[in-house]
Amino acid sequence: MKQVTNDPVVQEKKTLGFWIYLMTDCVLFAGLFATFAVLHTSTFGGPSGAKLFDLPFVLVETMILLTSSFTIGLAILGGARGFKKQTLVWLIVTFALGAAFLTLELTEFSHLVADGNGWDRSAFLSSFFTLVGTHGLHITIGLLWLLVMIVRLWKFNFRQTDLNRLALFGLFWHFLDIVWIFIFSIVYLIGGLS
Amino acid sequence: MFNTLSQIIFGRLTPSDFVHDPIMAGAGYAMIGGLVLVVLALTYFKKWKWLWRTWLTSLDPKKIGVMYLIVSVIMLLRGLADVLLLRTQQATNGSAGILTSDHFQQIFSAHGTIMIFFVAMGVIFGIFNLIIPSQIGARDVAFPLLNSISFWLFAAGMIIINAPLVVGEFSTAGWLAYPPLSELQYSPGVGVDYWIWSLQIAGIGSLLSGINFFVTIIKMRAPGMKLMMMPIFAWSVLCCTSLIMFAFPILTATLGMLSLDRLLGMHFFTSGGGGNPMLYVNLIWAWGHPEVYILVLPAFGIFSEVVATFSGKKLFGYTSMVVALVAITILSFTVWLHHFFTMGAGADVNTFFGIMTMVIAIPTGVKVFNWIFTMYRGRVRFTTPMLWFMGFIVTFTLGGVAGVLMSVPPADFQFHNSLFLVAHFHTMIVGGVLFGAFAGFAYWFPKFTGFTLNERLGRYAFWLWIVGFLLAFVPLYILGFMGATRRLDHYDPSLGWQGLFIVAGVGVLLICAGVAMQVLQVIVSIVKRNQNRVGEDPWNGRTLEWSIASPPQVYNYTVIPTVTYRDEFWEMKRRHHTIKPEYTDIWLPKNSATGIIVGLFALIFGVAVVWHVVWLVIVGVIGVIVTLIIRLTSDETEEKLTAAEVAKRELKRQTV
Amino acid sequence: MRKDKKRSLKRPIQVVLSSVVAIIIITALVYVTRGRDIPVLNPHGIIADQERNLILLTVGLGLLVVVPVFIMLFTIAWRYRASNTKAVYQPDFSSHKGFEALWWGLPCLIILTLAIITGIYTHALDPFKPIDSQVKPVTIQVISLQWKWLFIYPDQKIATLNYVDIPKDTPINFMISSDAPMNSFWIPALAGQVYAMSGMSTQLHLMSNSVGSYVGTSANISGDGFADMHFKVNSMSESDFATWTQKAAVSTSSLANTDYKKLAEPSHDSSEATYKLTDASLYNEVIMKYTSPGGSM
Repeated sequence: MKQVTNDPVVQEKKTLGFWIYLMTDCVLFAGLFATFAVLHTSTFGGPSGAKLFDLPFVLVETMILLTSSFTIGLAILGGARGFKKQTLVWLIVTFALGAAFLTLELTEFSHLVADGNGWDRSAFLSSFFTLVGTHGLHITIGLLWLLVMIVRLWKFNFRQTDLNRLALFGLFWHFLDIVWIFIFSIVYLIGGLS
Repeated sequence: MFNTLSQIIFGRLTPSDFVHDPIMAGAGYAMIGGLVLVVLALTYFKKWKWLWRTWLTSLDPKKIGVMYLIVSVIMLLRGLADVLLLRTQQATNGSAGILTSDHFQQIFSAHGTIMIFFVAMGVIFGIFNLIIPSQIGARDVAFPLLNSISFWLFAAGMIIINAPLVVGEFSTAGWLAYPPLSELQYSPGVGVDYWIWSLQIAGIGSLLSGINFFVTIIKMRAPGMKLMMMPIFAWSVLCCTSLIMFAFPILTATLGMLSLDRLLGMHFFTSGGGGNPMLYVNLIWAWGHPEVYILVLPAFGIFSEVVATFSGKKLFGYTSMVVALVAITILSFTVWLHHFFTMGAGADVNTFFGIMTMVIAIPTGVKVFNWIFTMYRGRVRFTTPMLWFMGFIVTFTLGGVAGVLMSVPPADFQFHNSLFLVAHFHTMIVGGVLFGAFAGFAYWFPKFTGFTLNERLGRYAFWLWIVGFLLAFVPLYILGFMGATRRLDHYDPSLGWQGLFIVAGVGVLLICAGVAMQVLQVIVSIVKRNQNRVGEDPWNGRTLEWSIASPPQVYNYTVIPTVTYRDEFWEMKRRHHTIKPEYTDIWLPKNSATGIIVGLFALIFGVAVVWHVVWLVIVGVIGVIVTLIIRLTSDETEEKLTAAEVAKRELKRQTV
Repeated sequence: MRKDKKRSLKRPIQVVLSSVVAIIIITALVYVTRGRDIPVLNPHGIIADQERNLILLTVGLGLLVVVPVFIMLFTIAWRYRASNTKAVYQPDFSSHKGFEALWWGLPCLIILTLAIITGIYTHALDPFKPIDSQVKPVTIQVISLQWKWLFIYPDQKIATLNYVDIPKDTPINFMISSDAPMNSFWIPALAGQVYAMSGMSTQLHLMSNSVGSYVGTSANISGDGFADMHFKVNSMSESDFATWTQKAAVSTSSLANTDYKKLAEPSHDSSEATYKLTDASLYNEVIMKYTSPGGSM
């Protein structure tokens, strides 16, 4: 039976579509960044970023996410060569790193809320939680996607569709990495040091 | 105890939310009654299976397009019913009116939202689905399943926006729900939440659709069809979808932030807590202004096709037209501030945005001249689509001057939020988008049915619309000069506005008569279809969609054509070139229930968020995720139509 | 034969019918408009006056495009109708550099002209710009409430509700804020509108040039009682204004912080009232309420 989904044109369409989706997501983040830029001084008597952010902690988060971007690259390389075991291992490592990142982020959030600096404290904190949280939500979706792929790779041997999806996932994960670097520099570095 | 239990199960829903005043209850019962009738009829005629297989789960863009149009027509009727109430209220001012101010405000908020999101957007997506694949020589869209999901998200949004007729209330904050009015402090009820989630869900559908058609046009054109050989309608859709891709994420983010304010007590746009309501106004118009062009560019495309076809002539200034489309696309992102010159941004900022706005008039003007010159040295047949074209040029030019007038900031200070503004944007959207849709409907109708619409009734409808349109909106321009602001449920009788409101009301009645005439036109045309049967090419068309069967086969083309000219089909006919039939296996997407199930869970999610029913929110989210995972992990999504079957179908068609 | 007759009658009938419809529409519009006040076109203040002139100028420039478009549309459509087989038919005539240059060029020129006019007028009529005058301006602070307008005369120590008295030929400096959802402050006969926003202070400078009473309104939806948010602007001679301020300053009701709080509660009250102003910084306090958590109200 002919596997139509293997058709290179079909794959091209999917890749283009996915790139465009990423671009629209970029616009969404741009909206949130712009909002943060407008509201970051609106602390309404509450604490500013400089008082709240623990830069070394965020640096650890950043390192973890950057590493996961590297490991997903290794997984994709493994997939391209048909090394099932290597791919699976690196996918699992990526998953673990992503989950660790998410845990750290949630820890940071819970500390802020516990100290009375929740999202309802000021416009600045609303925009902070929403921008960082939206990134976190993307990571969560990414982890879910990763989980489904791990299960499928485990159960079946390599199928072209799965490899194609793995490549798209790579794009998604790198994209989230880039967004995080913007968050790190704009929200934490500039906001935390000024 | 009981109280908390009921809160866990029903959120903030209480039995009293089902109680409505007679008018709303009437509308609600009418809708439910209609739905029950449809269900009964389907059951009686044993059509459920047919409905499910042929329509609800179909991934054929032609079927999805028709479903979009059906939803839009129903919503158009709802929007018109709203207008009747609004105008009755204003025309009978003094005799205490018929509506409370709260109900009046719900109605105009619903009218604007429905007309933009569920009529205009629905119509353009319907037409994209029906026309785009066959016009660019393709069998399908790039992502058929995504297309179905988009439609069902749109449908879910539609149901949510109509739900307040039965349970709860709608927003009273206008179609764009400016904060702080739309914040909890001033609108604590469910109205604004209905508004947010209806638009959020439908908006995500629109965004996905935008991506889908953009990729379709970029990747699936027939071999040989370079970008500069595309039919101009396809160009307009390409520009429109680019706008969707850049504008709709802003809407998603903005609505998201407003709902976070309302759900979690955040302070994005609240008047206290450091929030900045003006930020919302900027963001919503950064989406809202491009949205206007998202609606009108496809209409431009339709008129370009119509005027070229019925003039029997090439479109004048094709390159200029494309340049103008692209220019408008880019410029539309640089003008959003003209919606609030009165915010006090300062003279320099206002001047910049004023001038950018006027600059858009240049490419638009060029298009008008090119359309007119397409008729020059042609053989113009004044069929109904051409009548709509003529009506469009007249109204659009006049509305355009009103628009340029308001792009001058100090002049805008006198027109902003007045009925002059209301008249202006209705002139543009009714005269541009709606007339364009009507022209496109009459033009492409025979392609999808095999028979033409009744011309005489079409003409009557056109004249009722045009006269009604003038009567409905000229008084509003005048009222604007008199200082009448929009959204007034009553006014001081001594101002002497009532006469003009009565004239406007008569205009609305004529428009309603025009719509009734159009409904009659469709019914009569279907009943007498054997008298109006036509072949593939009733208008002596120019573009590829006229080369395939009417109605088209599910696969559109047996052989994908190779394109060498801009008006490929016209040139084919001129050169007596025919494509030799050749039958190969064709792969088509299988039906899938994924779209409708995702839509259903999105609907559950939306309603649950509105009423704060946490468990149901979770059900909705998990439902969507699980449905998608199941679909994405299934491989057999396409089926083969063998060459023999294709040959059989084609042969059967030719003998009929 | 019979069909021909029918066709020959058809066109005159159409012409008569459409003329009758046109006449009915125009008569109806004239009938309902005659004798009505049209403040935007018939202003009583120097700002609205210039805005009116600007509107007419822009419409004139617009007509430079509209008129040729309509003439071309109808003559070309008529001349090249399908039944006119005598007309030239060139199905491939689809580009002409000269024509296209003309209609890229002409709108460009018109828009260029309009852009220059816009630049000049937008700066000249900037509502934040004080009016050049020998006369000392009067400052009036405006607060939009749910759903009424409060006017504060900080120098005269007066406050008024739902009406505002101003001296003729004197620059008025309105400072505008809101203690309610956003409203828009608009007196069509005197000047275009400016938003009234909580936590912010916008400005509108205007000057009335004739004695009279004008309608002011809110142009932006602000909730249930929005339609009731109109107020009267009484323009009077300078001496009348002076008399009025003296009388009002000894008004029996006063507006202190607590009175204000009661007034600010939502109500559909469109009645007029005059107060003695006891809290001179009321306006700033209302703004501060939204901008800092320690706002005093």
